[in-house]
Amino acid sequence: MLSPGGIERVDRIVARYPRPLAAMLPVLWVVQEERGWISPGAMEWVAERLGTSPAKVQAVVSFYTMFDDRPVGKHKLQVCRTLSCELMGARRIVDHLRERLGIEPGETTADGTFTLQEVECLASCGTAPMMQCNLKFYEHLTPERVDALLAELRSREPEWEDVDPVVYERPSDAEFRAMMPEAT
Amino acid sequence: MAAPKILMQRGLDRPDDGHTLEAYEAAGGYRSLRKALGMDRVAIVEEVKKSGLRGRGGAGFPTGTKWGFIPRDSEKPKYLVCNSDESEPGTFKDRWLLERDPHAVLEGMAIASVAIGAKLAFNYFRGEFSFPLRRFQAAVDEAYAKGYLGKGIMGSDVDLDMVVHFGAGAYIAGEETGLLESLEGKKAMPRNKPPFPAVEGLFQCPTVINNTETLAVVPWIVEHGGDEYARWGTEKSRGTKMWSCSGPINRPGVYEVELGVDLMEFLENECGGMMEGVGLKALVPGGSSVPIMTVGMCVGAKMDYEGLRAAGSMVGSGGFIVIGDHASIPDCLHNLAHFYTHESCGQCTPCREGCGWIEQLVGRLLDGRGTQADLEQILRLSDAMAGKTICALADALAWPAISYIQRFPEEFAALCPEPVDMDALTAAVDRHKHVLPAA
Ligand SMILES: Cc1cc2nc3c(=O)[nH]c(=O)nc-3n(C[C@H](O)[C@H](O)[C@H](O)COP(=O)(O)O)c2cc1C
Ligand code: SF4
Ligand code: FES
Repeated sequence: MLSPGGIERVDRIVARYPRPLAAMLPVLWVVQEERGWISPGAMEWVAERLGTSPAKVQAVVSFYTMFDDRPVGKHKLQVCRTLSCELMGARRIVDHLRERLGIEPGETTADGTFTLQEVECLASCGTAPMMQCNLKFYEHLTPERVDALLAELRSREPEWEDVDPVVYERPSDAEFRAMMPEAT
Repeated sequence: MAAPKILMQRGLDRPDDGHTLEAYEAAGGYRSLRKALGMDRVAIVEEVKKSGLRGRGGAGFPTGTKWGFIPRDSEKPKYLVCNSDESEPGTFKDRWLLERDPHAVLEGMAIASVAIGAKLAFNYFRGEFSFPLRRFQAAVDEAYAKGYLGKGIMGSDVDLDMVVHFGAGAYIAGEETGLLESLEGKKAMPRNKPPFPAVEGLFQCPTVINNTETLAVVPWIVEHGGDEYARWGTEKSRGTKMWSCSGPINRPGVYEVELGVDLMEFLENECGGMMEGVGLKALVPGGSSVPIMTVGMCVGAKMDYEGLRAAGSMVGSGGFIVIGDHASIPDCLHNLAHFYTHESCGQCTPCREGCGWIEQLVGRLLDGRGTQADLEQILRLSDAMAGKTICALADALAWPAISYIQRFPEEFAALCPEPVDMDALTAAVDRHKHVLPAA
C-alpha cells in the first residue's frame, strides 16, 4: 500500500500518540500524499494499522473536506469564497478560472491537470482574494496573476516540499475595483 | 502612554528570521519557562488570574480560572491542547503568530502544561496550515534539541512532550470538543457539555484547551507579572488584543492594540481608513459569527468585550471585517449562510436544517422571488437555532441572520417584488431579537 518510507513515517506517527486511533488524521495524510487520494483499499489498510473498522475510516475520510476519496487533478486549485475574499473579488477569480479551464467548481479538466474547487476561509482574509494550490497559498490574486500561475503550473509537477506562501503585491485600487462586486 | 506590543513586537522587529530559536532567545525568550519551572504551580495560575487574561478564541473566558478547574488530586494524565484551527471567517492572527513567532506559542504551551501538570501537549493545526505548521514543527525540533522539551526540561524534574497535530478541513474542529474528537481520530462532532474538558477532555482525561493567541501571551505575563499586564486595557478587558483586519481598507493586516480603543480611530489609524472611493457601510468586528454593526453603531464604540457588547456586537475572534458601500448586505448574509450550512456537523436538527433553510431563503430573496413571509421565516428559524444546540455554530448563523435583517431591513425589503410592510417586519425582528447577545 505505502512505500517503505511511508510505512516508516506511519510507524513514527503512531508512536507519538497515547492511542493508535488518535493518529488517524496524520496517517491518512501520509496515504493521500503518497497515493494522491484515499482508495477503499487504503482505508482498509489504515483501519487494520490503527485497530479500527474500515467503516470508521471511511466516515472520517468523508467528514473532512481535504481528504479525497476519488482521484483528483494533478493540481488542485482551491479558491476561497468566504466573506472577506468575496468582498475583494473572489467571484471574479473563480469566474476567470472557470473560463480559462472550461470547468465548473468541483470538476477536473479532461486532461487531468486541474481540479477547481471553492473552499471556505483560509485565514488569508487580509490578502484577499486568494487560493490554495495543492499545499501552497497564493495571496492577493488578480486575473493576470492567475493566468501566469496557470502557465507555470502546466509546466511543472505539484510542489509538496516548498509550502512558503506566495504573497503578491497588493493590487492597486483600480485592480480591486475591477474585481469587487457591485451592490445590487 | 501606548501599550507595548506584547504579542507582535518580536515578529515585527525581525520579519525574516524572528521565528528562529536564536532570535527568540536574543529577545529574552524562554526566560519565562525557566522562571515558571521554579515557581509553585498554583502561583503560576494565580499570576495568570491576576492578569485578567481572557481567552482569545472567541468566548472570552478567563484563562487563569480555566486552568484552575483542572483537578489537582486526579490520578489521570492531564493534557494541554493549543487550538490553532483558526477557521472563523475573517480571522488570521493565529497564523501570523505561528509563522512569525512560533516559539512564543511553544513557550506559552510549555508554561501552561507546567501549571496544570500536563506531560503531553498538543498543538492542533487546521489542515490547510502547511506553512505555519512547518514553522512550528521546526520550533519544536529546536526546543527538543536544546532540552526545552523532553525528559527533565531545562534540567528540572519536569517532563514535557509536544505533538504537532493537524486536521483536514472542518471548521467545526475549532470548537473545543469537536477538536478533541478530531484529535482522538474521529469525526469532529462536538460533545454535549457537561462534562467540561477540564474534567473529561482528551481520552476522558482533564484537559485545558486554549487559543493560540491566549497561550502566546502567557510568557510575557509570567515574566512581567499579572499586575503589569492588567495595567493595560479596561477594567474587565485587560491587556492587548490582536485584530485581523480585512475588507476595502487601505492597510489590511493584523494589528495589536490595547483593549478598549476607539473603533473609528482604529479604523483610521491602524487600518489606514477606507479605500479611496469606497464608503463604510457596515462592520463585523469579531469574525463572521458576531452581529453586524451599522456606521452609527461604530461611532463611539470601544473595542473591548464590554464596549462592543454595549455597541451591539462582540469581540469574538477579533476578525475585523470592513464592509464597503459597494457590497450588498443580503449577499453577505448569503455568503455566510452558505459557510455555516457547509460547516454544520449535522448532529443537531435545528442547526442542520436551519442553516440550510436560511441559505435557501436568502438565495430566493437574491433571485427576486422572496417575500415578507420569507424574511419572517428567517427570523423564526434563527430563534429556533440559537442556544438550542450542542455547540454555538447554530448561534453563529442566527446572530448574523437576525442582526443583518434588523440593521439593514431596507436592503432585504428592496429584494422582494411585493412591497414589504416595514412595521410588521420591525415587529417580527422585535419578537426574535432576544437571542442576540445582550450588552
Ligand atoms: C463553531 C466554533 C468554532 C470555533 N473555532 C475556533 C477556532 O478556530 N479557534 C479557536 O481558538 N477557538 C475556536 N472556537 C472556540 C473554542 O471552542 C474554545 O472556546 C477556545 O479554543 C478556547 O480557548 P480560549 O479560552 O483561549 O479562548 C470555536 C467555537 C465554536 C463554537
Ligand atoms: S450546533 Fe451544528 S455544528 Fe454544533 S454540534 Fe449541533 S449540528 Fe454540529
Ligand atoms: S475570507 Fe478568504 S481567506 Fe478568509
